[in-house]
Amino acid sequence: MKKLSVLLVLLLLSTTLIFAQGGKEAAPKADEPFKVGVIYISSPGDMGYSYMHDQGTKAAEAYFGDKIEVIRMENVPENDGAARAMEQLVDAGCKIVFANSYNYQDYMLQVAKENPDVYFEHCSGYLSNPNMSNYFGRMYQMRYLSGMIAAKMSTSGKLGYVGAFNTPEVVRGINAFALGARAINPKATVTVVWTNTWYDPSLERQGAIALLDQGADVIAQHQDTTEPAKAAIERGKLAVGYNADFRSIVGSDSVLVSPMWNWGNYMIPAIESAINGTWKQQSYWGGLEDDMVKLSPISPLVPKDFQAQVMAKQDEIAKGSWDVFWGELKDNTGAVRQKAGEKMADDKMLTMDWFVEGVIGSVK
Amino acid sequence: MDFITKLLAATIAMGTSLTFATIGEIYTEKTGVLNLGMEGTMLMGALTAFASTLASGSLYVGLVVAMLTGGMLSLIHAFLCVTMRANQVVSGLAITMFGTGLANFLGQRLGPVSNNYNLVGMNLPKKFDNIAIPLLKDIPVLGAFFDVSILTYLLYLIIPFAWFFMYKTKHGLAIRAVGESPKTAAAMGLSVSRLRYLYTIIGGMFAGLGGACLSLSFTPSWNDGMTGGKGWIVIALVIFATWNPGKAVIGTLVFGGITSLQFSLQAAGIKMVIPTQFLAFAPYLITFFTLSVMTILNQNRKGAFASPSALGSSFAIDDK
Repeated sequence: MKKLSVLLVLLLLSTTLIFAQGGKEAAPKADEPFKVGVIYISSPGDMGYSYMHDQGTKAAEAYFGDKIEVIRMENVPENDGAARAMEQLVDAGCKIVFANSYNYQDYMLQVAKENPDVYFEHCSGYLSNPNMSNYFGRMYQMRYLSGMIAAKMSTSGKLGYVGAFNTPEVVRGINAFALGARAINPKATVTVVWTNTWYDPSLERQGAIALLDQGADVIAQHQDTTEPAKAAIERGKLAVGYNADFRSIVGSDSVLVSPMWNWGNYMIPAIESAINGTWKQQSYWGGLEDDMVKLSPISPLVPKDFQAQVMAKQDEIAKGSWDVFWGELKDNTGAVRQKAGEKMADDKMLTMDWFVEGVIGSVK
Repeated sequence: MDFITKLLAATIAMGTSLTFATIGEIYTEKTGVLNLGMEGTMLMGALTAFASTLASGSLYVGLVVAMLTGGMLSLIHAFLCVTMRANQVVSGLAITMFGTGLANFLGQRLGPVSNNYNLVGMNLPKKFDNIAIPLLKDIPVLGAFFDVSILTYLLYLIIPFAWFFMYKTKHGLAIRAVGESPKTAAAMGLSVSRLRYLYTIIGGMFAGLGGACLSLSFTPSWNDGMTGGKGWIVIALVIFATWNPGKAVIGTLVFGGITSLQFSLQAAGIKMVIPTQFLAFAPYLITFFTLSVMTILNQNRKGAFASPSALGSSFAIDDK
């Protein structure tokens, strides 16, 4: 009798489980929010790369209101753990998943193939699938404008640049910065120091100190902390930020300007198209014309009339009548890399592994 | 000449943090306790120093709090390794995992309300600035030693004292005895457990101080994982110094010098013969080299450069 009752209870339990399962699989109610998954390499508290991505996510939340529900995952490693994180987001009911670091792409492709009914958005890579897009921004346009400002404000004409890794993205940024600088001061030079890390406050600072010791009076950076900028300011020199508005974070007008990201302008249309069912696979590389990148407010130390000159150049880029990598371009050994009067093709920019004239340092 | 002076100045600034932690770890290891928790302890020191300085407005409060935090983390290690006789490697690794995780967790919760409780992006009202000693600072090259922060001057006092205390006092002899042969030390009437507890905690306090040097002086800020593996370099430096606090400074200058040199060469626009990636792992290569040379030297000179014999092993008074 006892056994029978146990069996009965078990049977009852299993049926409720089946029904519960059935209930879960029923079509979502119309007022249920559309779930969006977001994966960050670091914490949005880093005030740098992931912080700016989270600003984009917040812009999307503000735009859609109750229509979407965002699930964030922070500090996700660039290994198999990334695939697990994406699967968890899919299991939680996310219909579109964003991931913000380069080495996530292989894992995302794998998860995308297993989940054809979910949309995947990968930032900074090149892999794709019918349900997976990749996206990035033309940060080099902002680097050019910041280079103009740096050269204008430099007295020695020696600019320093603390770079993370010799990837095409960083090299492109350095070249654009140098081209901008030399458009204002043809004698300006940009000296590059590689730290071989995206993120290490001590090493970033040491790189900046070495440049300052050699007479650089403006320090620009492609790094994730504010240390290079702070090192420059502590010596009474100037800095150019990156990612977020360093002038407000560091609290000094010696930060002349910061090239910044505007991720929300990609995320919002992507989520909208996923909701409407009009989502299309793409490899997106948006620039000023799409408002994907922007300049922070410029420091009051920069003369007003020169700020206007920078803004005029920005308008020119936004209209598409001119772009940064426009021939003739020579590399720092004197060889011509781009013919006169021609705009460089995207694939050449995306694989850039040489420095323009005026850059001191080696890519390798 | 100017190039070398500036290189030396950069090396000293970076190396101060490393030297504090190295001296602490040498004392811990001399009593026979291996503490691999340095990375986590330094990071917690950096965090608590920054947070308490921000809250109190006093850099010295920051230093004290960092030392207390370091001491407390190492107390956990001492309890596990000395009292519970747990595996020292496992316990040390656990301290590092715990310390780094907790520091990054608290870093986003101990900040002011105005910054969303985040410490990242906060700036200190003041930091330990360099103080130049007139005349001495004008000595070519060596002048770099006399234009440093007060923390580095403190180190100038601590290094000779740490050496003297270890090798020229009775208490130092007791420390070494406990690390070489705990059984003999116990037979002599020394309390092995008490000495191990004491110097594990003191070692942790020094590591906390090393962390504070970063967040209050060298890179005055809080960033997730800002020690960037310095706690591991410390473990290598202890070996490089052959467990001699007097030699710790040489290791710091060599290790720190290599890092500074690779940046200085790049900044000077000197065509790099050696790739920067190579220089980045060179310190560890030197550690391999030191370990090999030490083994060879020890065969000829009967253990003059050997690690403390009882390093890494637990001890209880009733051990046979």
